[in-house]
Amino acid sequence: MGDDGARQLSPLFNRRLIRWDSRAGVFRVEMDSRLREVLRELMQQFLSMLDDPDSPVLKRVFPPAYSDPAHVALQDEYRRLTQEDLVERRRVEVQTVLDSVEARVLSEEQVLAWSRAVNGLRLALGTYLDVKEEEPIRMPRNAEESAYQWLSWLLEETVEALSGKT
Amino acid sequence: MSTAPAEVKEPGTGEVTDVDLPWKVIVWNDPINLMSYVTFVFQKLFGYSHEKAHKLMLDVHQKGKAVVSHGPREKAELDVFRLHEHGLWATMEHDS
Repeated sequence: MGDDGARQLSPLFNRRLIRWDSRAGVFRVEMDSRLREVLRELMQQFLSMLDDPDSPVLKRVFPPAYSDPAHVALQDEYRRLTQEDLVERRRVEVQTVLDSVEARVLSEEQVLAWSRAVNGLRLALGTYLDVKEEEPIRMPRNAEESAYQWLSWLLEETVEALSGKT
Repeated sequence: MSTAPAEVKEPGTGEVTDVDLPWKVIVWNDPINLMSYVTFVFQKLFGYSHEKAHKLMLDVHQKGKAVVSHGPREKAELDVFRLHEHGLWATMEHDS
């Protein structure tokens, strides 16, 4: 499986981005305006990628449901019944991130939407970058690697915050 | 609801699959999804304890896959859908 990306690269990333505030009963986002701008930019790009759900780069975002490729009819039916719904749910989640990207405080529902949207874009970027199992962590060589590592860190933070609540 | 026999003729293979046979849902290891995220999704979707979800995640990671649920086709498809909704690599196959 994957790793938490940027957090392993530098002590600069060893701080909280999202935390559960049990006294107030809310999630607190501690990201500076630069990080929020990066997140907004990435989510806008993800939103436009979703216009073409059959694109090869989204094959991990919308995978087949049947293990056996011979189950063509069942697979076609699953796609017909669910694809539109899955794409629409992704759009709603990404829009939730865009609508709350400046927020200092998030509800659990919003943090859950953040986690699915961030992971969805990681799946697309990881597919584009052809990420392999147990790859040694290293400094990013291009914008996509940089975005992937940053999103991995953000997702880890999101999951930790959600797990801290339960 | 149709009462016709639940059989689907697979195009090309000439094989008839009885879709009423029980199915199992498998989550496959992949190099992208985070261990913490997969554990969290198992807890959320199946109501497992952290310990059970963590063990299942390690099965996926170390053995390459793990069976996460069994049942009739409709239930298995719904589980696959919920896993896809959360970005996990899940498929279903006959529970032989």
